[in-house]
Amino acid sequence: MTASSITNPPDLRARPSWRATKNTIVMAALGGAVLLVAIPLIAVLWSVVSRGIVMTFAHFPAFFTDEIPVVSRRPGPGMGPAILGTLLVTGGATVIAVPLGILGAVYLHEYGQSGAFARLVRFMSTVMTGVPSVVMGLFVYLTWTLAFGYSAFGGALALACLMLPVVIGSTEQMLKLVPPQLREAAYALGTTKSRTILTVVLPAALPGIVSGSLLAIARAAGETAPLLFAVGAATAYNPHLFSEANTALSVQIFGNANSSFPAAQERAWAAALTLVLLTFIVTLVARTFTARLALKR
Amino acid sequence: MIATVEPPRPPPQGQRFIVDRKAAAQVPDTPVVFDCENVEVYYSAFRAVRGVSLKIQANQITAFIGPSGCGKTTVLRSLNRMHDVIPGARVAGKVRYHGVDLYAPEVSATEVRRRIGMVFQKPNPFPKSIYDNIAFGPRVNGITGKADLDVIVEKSLRSAALWDEVKDRLKHSALGMSGGQQQRLCIARTVAVEPEVVLMDEPCSALDPIATARIEELMRELKSRFTIVIVTHNMQQAARCSDRTAFFTTEVDSKNDRRTGTLVEFDQTSKIFSAPSDERTENYITGRFG
Repeated sequence: MTASSITNPPDLRARPSWRATKNTIVMAALGGAVLLVAIPLIAVLWSVVSRGIVMTFAHFPAFFTDEIPVVSRRPGPGMGPAILGTLLVTGGATVIAVPLGILGAVYLHEYGQSGAFARLVRFMSTVMTGVPSVVMGLFVYLTWTLAFGYSAFGGALALACLMLPVVIGSTEQMLKLVPPQLREAAYALGTTKSRTILTVVLPAALPGIVSGSLLAIARAAGETAPLLFAVGAATAYNPHLFSEANTALSVQIFGNANSSFPAAQERAWAAALTLVLLTFIVTLVARTFTARLALKR
Repeated sequence: MIATVEPPRPPPQGQRFIVDRKAAAQVPDTPVVFDCENVEVYYSAFRAVRGVSLKIQANQITAFIGPSGCGKTTVLRSLNRMHDVIPGARVAGKVRYHGVDLYAPEVSATEVRRRIGMVFQKPNPFPKSIYDNIAFGPRVNGITGKADLDVIVEKSLRSAALWDEVKDRLKHSALGMSGGQQQRLCIARTVAVEPEVVLMDEPCSALDPIATARIEELMRELKSRFTIVIVTHNMQQAARCSDRTAFFTTEVDSKNDRRTGTLVEFDQTSKIFSAPSDERTENYITGRFG
């Protein structure tokens, strides 16, 4: 047999096969699953936007700045105090939970590793993820609110407790993804462990840490139950973090949606839209900021 | 059907290595930098390397060669305490650096690594700009003035023959460079902290022949300023650029099938490649084994 025995061009067309059919079936199933997931998301967005957009923007910017009507029967805008309250409560929770969570994750992954104490902390953190937010609210009510009264800070404490395990978990995963070769490179230059973590490991993991923290913040911003216990339900602006009852968008949505007056329900929808927008803006800002840090290739 | 079993290829006997005999004949006796005495390295209870005794001399290139798993890299990493970061790893025996026991309790691994730098098998630039990669080490050592850093960055990149290629994109990410450039960047980064010794762990194994040639050329230039220890799988590379060569091999314990690396022979490179005194070395360099 010689090498030039091929006279006709080879037939390289795909042959019909069971494998190709399987591929089509699975692709269709996956596409269907994506649609199935997208339907509720789109439905939620649509109902919030369609029912809330008129009240939110009709008297622009009154809805974002006016105080909440004391008599909920009264029609018209006003969610300003709730927006400020949400910013205070969620911002406070972020300031507590994100640094603490990152430090905790750094300890777990870089120092504790698989030691007994680290394993205990990791287990407790997992357990904490499963605690219902109402229980967290009750906990803060008993330990803080009963002693110091309603305040935005009480709400921040409750939300921080909810965010902490999420931040620890996601940050630890991101630290795991930093290649050990980068650490070795830093060590080989005579860098101490702490400095390696600060200047090499954390910057390399930063985008992932930001994503995880944003997820935790967005979840916390929508929490209602713990805030009912700890924050109260004011209708006027309260810029103080540590004193007097405050309010939040989620609490206002809950209260107004339960009201039988159409005006209040309208405000509930508008508040929901505002909360979605607020989360969206925070995410966008954080992402842009992280992207700024990335370098040109 | 015709059985076409290829006959086993004869070992490439009499394989020739280009050794610069004139230069090799006069490898000078420079001061001893490392004095290893019966070094053993353990990973938990497993003894990976045993019986390594050798002296590494200043301003020379010392090559570690041998088959995979023979402990070359393990011994190299024991020279700047890189095993400290691996849980369970332990070094026994004595590694003396200018007479000081590197594993004495009062010795700081950080101080050791400031003087003894390392270039790794896979280029591992930080995900930072080219400039920040080089400036990292000096900054760690407390140099923060921009003017000082600029000088160090340029000097280091020039030492690694990289300046002309990257001088216009110092603020770009180091990850955008080619593999050969990244490895030279890693060499520049190591050189920037002015170590006395540069350890190189198969620095060319991920590179093409052109990039390899550049790095070898670089090593010869850097020899006047640094003491270089290089682990290599490439015997030609060891023959081409090293002054002294250590040949390692693996011993298999027939009772429990444990494999332990050990040093077979350490001598001037020209001697190792032309008249090795141990049969195992000869078998390896002529291709009969490994």
